[in-house]
Amino acid sequence: MSLSDTAGSWLSLHRHALFSSLGKLAKAPFSSLLTLLVIAIALMLPTTLHLLISNGTQVSSQLDSSNQISLFLKQSVSNAAGEALSNKLKLDRDIVNITLTTKEEALKEFQQYSGFSSAIETLEINPLPVVIQLTPSSELKSIEQIQPLLDRLEKLSEADFAQLDMQWVQRLQAIVEIAERATMLLALLLALAVLLIIGNTIRLELQNRRDEIIITKLVGATDAFIRRPFLYSGFWYGLLSGLTAWLMTAGTIFLLERPIQNLSNLYESNFQLQFLTASESLTLLTISAFLGICGAWTVCSHHLKKMQPE
Amino acid sequence: MLQFDHASKRYPGNIDALNRVSFHLAKGEMAFLTGHSGAGKSTLLKLIALIERCTRGQILLDGHNLNKVPNRKIPFVRRKIGMIFQDHRLLHDRTVFDNVALPLIIEGLNYRDTARRVRAALDKVGLLNKENSLPITLSGGEQQRVGIARAVVNRPPMILADEPTGNLDPELSQEIMALFEQFNQVGVSVLIATHDLELVNKMGYRRLVLEQGHLTQGGESSHVAI
Ligand SMILES: Nc1ncnc2c1ncn2[C@@H]1O[C@H](COP(=O)(O)OP(=O)(O)O)[C@@H](O)[C@H]1O
Ligand SMILES: [Mg+2]
Repeated sequence: MSLSDTAGSWLSLHRHALFSSLGKLAKAPFSSLLTLLVIAIALMLPTTLHLLISNGTQVSSQLDSSNQISLFLKQSVSNAAGEALSNKLKLDRDIVNITLTTKEEALKEFQQYSGFSSAIETLEINPLPVVIQLTPSSELKSIEQIQPLLDRLEKLSEADFAQLDMQWVQRLQAIVEIAERATMLLALLLALAVLLIIGNTIRLELQNRRDEIIITKLVGATDAFIRRPFLYSGFWYGLLSGLTAWLMTAGTIFLLERPIQNLSNLYESNFQLQFLTASESLTLLTISAFLGICGAWTVCSHHLKKMQPE
Repeated sequence: MLQFDHASKRYPGNIDALNRVSFHLAKGEMAFLTGHSGAGKSTLLKLIALIERCTRGQILLDGHNLNKVPNRKIPFVRRKIGMIFQDHRLLHDRTVFDNVALPLIIEGLNYRDTARRVRAALDKVGLLNKENSLPITLSGGEQQRVGIARAVVNRPPMILADEPTGNLDPELSQEIMALFEQFNQVGVSVLIATHDLELVNKMGYRRLVLEQGHLTQGGESSHVAI
């Protein structure tokens, strides 16, 4: 046999397996469709979660850039002394933006937002300190990088304490991280479920075609030959479910887009809901097809050994 | 071509289906394997096709010791044997053409050569006009001829048939046997298990007679000498 003959017969074996398995899916459209949908839902859950999380990360990184430090001065420090300090701080390379809130302004704000206005009016002295709002330079991104600046500020003789408003962003990031881990776990579990569903589907198909398999073995088929169409079945189940999951995720995002846009407008944010990137979509399809082949392979290698002619 | 050397087969439960069977079937030879039901005819054929393994002794097929064939190589032994069964063992949801093509598809032959050889085989058994029928629409004799076409389509050097005429009337049986004779005439070794003694006697080939697992005629069984 020449090389091209060998390659040709290998191709014809695969073409035979590929289309005979696709034909089998189409022959039982209803049950195939049900299986596809179940797998697609299992694939869609982690995909959607992943999307929501990566959008969440996008939000928190947007907020990152609005870190603010509030430096509360000691009660005894006057407005003028606060002004002098703020002018000194303007020279600091780690600080880009400074605004000063005088005791009076602070009191006014407090009256406005607290609802204690009448009670406060009876106070004879202003208990509020001067507050300097400052933005760390954009080079300081993480809390670790900002911490030295905070320490420096708190050591100033005028300073009472400094507070970083980023803390809630950090909490959000921590939550996102937990959600990422949970999604990862869920994805692993659901991948196992997909493996089992496809495996079970293929197992039923193997059992339905038991006679055929045994006859094929009798006329000299190798296990590899018999396995091939089932691997392709697994491949098609995986790939088509992956596609369906992709469509269902797209549908979900489409439904969420309008309300999220409204919410985002309320916060005057220019937040854009992101869909799966091309490489994420490809990953979804690759993983689903791979799971299909794996599920089929596992079941075949186990059951084909047991199906012997007698 | 085929050499049995004190081959025994004991099934689980201490059932001795074959007992120290020895014989030699030459290349291009045709022989009948006869004996009562339960004598071990099917078992003997199964040992050749490695559907069962012999428990003692050895079998040489084309010079290869079948005891030494690992399980994963069994398919390649079966490709050298055309097997025919009483119950035909056809794929009922495939056409006659597809059934006969199976051994060639397994070997990965391209479509053009496959079609050519399938039609040649169907022509030999006289079913060229039925290539698109489903087996179920054919008569018993026709189904058996589809089985024969499948067995010879990849031109194996040896044909094994287990009661190929078991369900057929004498006239059809004769036709089937005539087919085997034709294949034998072009050099294929043929071993046919049957209990149709009348037909066997009429045809006058070598007879291997099994009685309760012992080869009592036609072999070189050491048992005969006792
Ligand atoms: N798989 C098996 N397990 C146990 N005993 C078997 C098995 N197959 C056949 N036998 C026994 O082996 C003996 C020979 O059977 P078989 O080879 O089928 O005879 P024949 O084909 O001549 O009728 C019988 O006694 C039968 O019951
Ligand atoms: Mg029998």
